[in-house]
Amino acid sequence: MKVNKSKVSKTTKNDLITYGMVILTYIVVQLLVSTGHVSSLIQGLLVPFCTYVIVAVALNLTVGILGELSLGHAGFMCVGAFASAVFSLAFKEALPGGFRFFLALLIGAASAALVGFLVGIPVLRLRGDYLAIVTLAFGEIIKNIINALYLGVDSNGVHFSMKDALSLHMEEDGLMLIKGAQGVTGTPNDSDFTVGVILILVTLFIVLNFIHSRTGRAVMSIRDNRIAAESVGINVTKYKLIAFTVSASLAGVAGVLYAHNLSTLNALPKNFGYNMSIMILVFVVLGGIGNIRGSIVAAVLLTLLPEVLRGLSDYRMLIYSIVLIVMMIFNWSPNAVFFRKRLQQKLLPGRKAEKEAV
Amino acid sequence: MSFVAHLINGISLGSVYALIALGYTMVYGIAKMLNFAHGDVIMIGGYVVFVTASGMGINPLAAIIISMAACTVLGVTIERVAYRPLRGASPLAVLITAIGVSYLLQNVALLVFGSDTKAFSNVVTLPNLELFDGQLIIKSVTIVTVIVSIIIMAGLSFFVKRTKIGRAMTAVSEDQGAAQLMGINVNGTIAVTFAIGSMLASVAGVLLCSAYPSLTPYTGSMPGIKAFVAAVFGGIGSIPGAFIGGILLGVIENLSKAYISSQLSDAIVFSILIIVLLVKPTGLLGRKILEKV
Amino acid sequence: MALLETKNLGISFGGLRAVNAFDISVEKGQLYGLIGPNGAGKTTIFNLLTGVYQPDEGAILLDGVNLTGKKTIEICKAGIARTFQNIRLFHDMPVLDNVKVGLHNHYPYSTFEGILRLPRYHKVEKEMNAKAMELLEVFGLEKYADYKAENLPYGQQRKLEIARAMATNPKLLLLDEPAAGMNPNETGELMETIRFVRDRFEMTILLIEHDMKLVAGICEKLTVLNFGEVLAQGETQEVLNDPHVITAYLGE
Repeated sequence: MKVNKSKVSKTTKNDLITYGMVILTYIVVQLLVSTGHVSSLIQGLLVPFCTYVIVAVALNLTVGILGELSLGHAGFMCVGAFASAVFSLAFKEALPGGFRFFLALLIGAASAALVGFLVGIPVLRLRGDYLAIVTLAFGEIIKNIINALYLGVDSNGVHFSMKDALSLHMEEDGLMLIKGAQGVTGTPNDSDFTVGVILILVTLFIVLNFIHSRTGRAVMSIRDNRIAAESVGINVTKYKLIAFTVSASLAGVAGVLYAHNLSTLNALPKNFGYNMSIMILVFVVLGGIGNIRGSIVAAVLLTLLPEVLRGLSDYRMLIYSIVLIVMMIFNWSPNAVFFRKRLQQKLLPGRKAEKEAV
Repeated sequence: MSFVAHLINGISLGSVYALIALGYTMVYGIAKMLNFAHGDVIMIGGYVVFVTASGMGINPLAAIIISMAACTVLGVTIERVAYRPLRGASPLAVLITAIGVSYLLQNVALLVFGSDTKAFSNVVTLPNLELFDGQLIIKSVTIVTVIVSIIIMAGLSFFVKRTKIGRAMTAVSEDQGAAQLMGINVNGTIAVTFAIGSMLASVAGVLLCSAYPSLTPYTGSMPGIKAFVAAVFGGIGSIPGAFIGGILLGVIENLSKAYISSQLSDAIVFSILIIVLLVKPTGLLGRKILEKV
Repeated sequence: MALLETKNLGISFGGLRAVNAFDISVEKGQLYGLIGPNGAGKTTIFNLLTGVYQPDEGAILLDGVNLTGKKTIEICKAGIARTFQNIRLFHDMPVLDNVKVGLHNHYPYSTFEGILRLPRYHKVEKEMNAKAMELLEVFGLEKYADYKAENLPYGQQRKLEIARAMATNPKLLLLDEPAAGMNPNETGELMETIRFVRDRFEMTILLIEHDMKLVAGICEKLTVLNFGEVLAQGETQEVLNDPHVITAYLGE
């Protein structure tokens, strides 16, 4: 029993380090801001930082723990962003700020979870690379639909159209919620850096506890060996769906944070498109697949770096793509794995290679 | 009449999808990987023709041959440098690498050629076909596209069934280990598959850019993804499946653009993917593979 | 009544008749061997018994309950556990967690309770850890509890796979070539372990093996399979001395 106890405390310790790191960073940043050491440019980036961190952690749950690739996490963000923005706009006057934002969070998370669940049903039964391509397709569908969607509310109730604003036939007093490609305007600015950091901590709490629970073990067993997992009675589709739905809903939370930091919300290729999904994937790969803390560090560094090194901005995407390829070959190529193992044995003889805690 | 015109345009676009889908399906069947960069090879093929034909004034036909050669080399290089080291690694790693390669090609093109749209001059200079006293005009590029695709598809089927390399490809796709034991050069066969796929991609690139004469670094990415949908639709791994899937997808896309909504046509195409996976995951002509335990 | 009974079990792959008219009857507590040349259909039978493949015809009965056509998960819950010819561990997870995945269905709490770490999470996890450590101790693996499964020595990986299968609390344990790749010392140790599992848990064990020393040493009954059909069946010594069996193994 002794061995086992030390293990539990070790993973707990590791999780605490992760939480502590986030809180410490928060305190340092707040100090720097209050003493005027942070440029307004960087200050404007603080909430997007938090958004990227949350969505990167969410994606790592799919890629690292479930072992499937999603290229649609920007799409889930998009769902969370628009669902919550529409809610907050509609109840801008009726509800007080804090409570409204809390409800907006629940709505954003729930709608992204629902969509993730629906996308997951047909795909997670299948093997192979289908999830990647279907989530990619889904991201494009969402963007297309939102750009064609007109939604308004007036004294007669809710109106919607896929054609134009006029065909809504709204009353004079009506309020436009989504104006097609022009998106949502006038969302209350409910999120700030503090809210963002709290949401990061909540996300971490959910993801880390998920991983160390019975459900998380079942999910990881499927990742490691689906056939063996089935043979010991693990319901493969069920646990894949649970993990994917949780991951999608957290991406939705990131979307809520994002939407409530902007006065105008559009579904553009830049923020919710395929490129954004790839960016998030780069964070996850660079931070280490399955390494939650790594995702946080990578998301912050890679967002900060281009701002600091402005001259490199033309080459930024090029560098990301090369990093992606090199990292994958270096970390996953059977030859490289073999080489590293041998090197490890040579350099550190007798040291037992324990599981790296997440 | 307009319905017939939309239908014909759909078949033409579908033929391009079919050519791209052939590359996807062959590589997927043999290397068991989704070559995400395939769509971007198309774009590179387009740029090569643009630079040689429009830029240097080389005869279009010669430009196409140069482009096919360039894409073949590119495809084989990608396979050798990025994918081969990962053979035997987890499919997730291979997939992420392929995404990296796709991204790399796009960004190299962006740096070299810039983000502005290049006006691609049609390489098909034959006169258009006018039917019913000019009520129905079929562009010559449309006819050429369809004919070229049919020829390539027939040639490829012949190649895979009748030649030694083609049969080696079938063997590798069935069982890599067993093929190796039978003395087949697995790496070589996979390289040939990439070469053929990339060559077809370059032809597809030229035809695509001739029909829709604008070229940017992102030209290949959307048709590439749609062609993959076509390959899944027809049954991944099946050559006739890729062809049928491509044509159907092109027709569906064009008809929904014309009669439902041009903004939602992509959404409709992608919804088909989800429906196919839900109803018949093996696609129209695919077959079920039993997993070894 | 026999614990495991199959009647006229058969399956074809394309034109190949992999298993034909397979009948077996394993008594409770028996150590039963399934032997035969490579490609005789032994693993296919395991795959049929565990629902990886569905039989074309015939029936599978466990303790009188018809399991024909059931899925792998249901069969696991009904009480058949197995190991694999090529070891299939959860390689990136700790040894302890491998066993805990095996315990999964017997120690329930919800995902929600797990995320919020409600009291039941702590209680059940504690019970699970105790049970998993107990199993690891049975197999002498307790000192490896923290190791990643893929870092275990080969022989210990085989043992861990058996421990994981035992964690599902089965009525019948299927072992697919447990001694494959082992040296004589390790095989000897494995024979002890298998016997021990049978005695300690009163387990019924059906095993596929090529190592004749192991088969002759621990199996009480044997079925010999050749080209998907039963060639001989009965007491171990009788079967091993059967001229048909010797021919099948050594050729004409």
